Amino acid sequence: MSDLTQLTLTETISGLEKKDFSTEELNGAYLTRIKKLNPKLNSYLFVNEESNKIPAAIKDIISVKGMPLTCGSKILEGYIPPYNATVIKKLMANSVSVLGKTNLDEFAMGSSGENSAYEKARNPWDVSKVPGGSSSGSAVAVAADLCAFALGTDTGGSIRQPASLCGVVGLKPSYGRVSRYGAQSMASSLDQIGPITKTVADARLVLNWIEGADGKDNNAVPNPKSQIPNPKSIKGTKIGVPIEYFAKGLDQDVEEVINTALNKLKDLGAETVEVSLPHTQYSVATYYLLMASEVSSNLARYDGIRFGKDRSKFGPEAKRRIILGTFALSAGYFEDYFIKAAKVRTLIKQDFEKAFQKCDVIAGPVSPTVAWNLGEKISDPLTMYLSDIYTLSASLAGIPGLSVPCGFSAGLPVGLQLLGEYMDEETILSVGEIYQSATDWHKQKPGLN
Amino acid sequence: MSKVKIDINHIAKLANLPLSAEEEKTYDKQLTAILEYVKHVESVDTKDVEPTFNVTPNKNITRKDTASKSLTQDEALNNVSNKKNGFVVTGGVFENE
Repeated sequence: MSDLTQLTLTETISGLEKKDFSTEELNGAYLTRIKKLNPKLNSYLFVNEESNKIPAAIKDIISVKGMPLTCGSKILEGYIPPYNATVIKKLMANSVSVLGKTNLDEFAMGSSGENSAYEKARNPWDVSKVPGGSSSGSAVAVAADLCAFALGTDTGGSIRQPASLCGVVGLKPSYGRVSRYGAQSMASSLDQIGPITKTVADARLVLNWIEGADGKDNNAVPNPKSQIPNPKSIKGTKIGVPIEYFAKGLDQDVEEVINTALNKLKDLGAETVEVSLPHTQYSVATYYLLMASEVSSNLARYDGIRFGKDRSKFGPEAKRRIILGTFALSAGYFEDYFIKAAKVRTLIKQDFEKAFQKCDVIAGPVSPTVAWNLGEKISDPLTMYLSDIYTLSASLAGIPGLSVPCGFSAGLPVGLQLLGEYMDEETILSVGEIYQSATDWHKQKPGLN
Repeated sequence: MSKVKIDINHIAKLANLPLSAEEEKTYDKQLTAILEYVKHVESVDTKDVEPTFNVTPNKNITRKDTASKSLTQDEALNNVSNKKNGFVVTGGVFENE
């Protein structure tokens, strides 16, 4: 039974139903593997040895009652949440238990995992490389078979980018599809919780479990349960290819892998059409102004009085963003920076609305490069920010995005990003699922021993 | 917006953020570069464009004003480092307190 950890979530559920193995055997297999590999990969910050149902890895920014919550920060060291996040309650109602809490960039701020105040998570495909961020530990846990599935959060790409760099599936749902009650806020107009999984079918299932309004996150809107169609064909599906996502800055090898994936979708019956998202070049600036402003406001709650330690315990990236955001909101600069960025956000959103008049799905790369070396960009925050260029616009527009493994460059995974219309996860999930039924990139495993 | 510089000392005070002299120096340098970059948005024509603060169509979502089960006082105070008689102890708001 040593290969239980390799099963997808869907296979795990089916195995349990058929009584091929027990939940004890399942959790035992994962705990053994975690004991062996976690010291090398630093995926988990906390492991729950009592896990006794379908084992999930939860990004350590989501509250689980009675388990430490660090948000990857020293400021919350020792904090124990007295309640469960809505997504945790929903998972528990579906026979899931929390196997552990996963590493992240401090307060979900970073693109490499290196802003964690604890031991940094490493890429299972090459431990000298970053796993991406900020949901670093969750992507590593899925890629290294240290959980049946994971939850992450995505504010500007924090689910899709680590999923891409680690060769697993990551779904950022539409803004408002999933309640964020019990997840620590980073930038409230952008934050979403979503699944990181071994297959697209698994991501569909987890979304179905966690979505919906709860009356506690007022932006989580009542939504009809995801239809679980049985996608058979993408014949005639129009796939928009944004010219701006294939411009200067995209690594040539990554571009080749993405083009091969697009050709595969054409072989499967889809049509590609060229689309333009002309404000893409402003997305990094717009995002960093709006996000930092919201961060500076949200992180004001950490005052060391009701919980946590004093504000000197924030790490460098948190401090940088608090300063930038406080500045953008301060008297004399509010109109020029914050309001201006909010207007550009409108134009970015309209870019997508226009593009979706010509296509059903937009496809392109998740990240301009594969995983880079640990330490390579950490002292140059601006270069790090620019690596988020392809994920930020969708976050600003509030639309769903899916990262699907679609090949390798220099032995490191490349992810294909599929973007859908607001609240239309179904189409991107169907395209992703059909792609996976015709390819086996998602079945590749890193050589870990 | 040209030639704007962040007064780190002033902003850190507004943000209640204690910074060492060395941190001030580092952030000053890094944020000057970041600000130079985000100024990009300046060149976009946003005449007659409304700002977007929320991408959803939601407006004035409220809940019913009814009491429901919540944390006990003990649970709510569980993570407080300085408490007394079931209350949170804080520093004074005014000077000399």
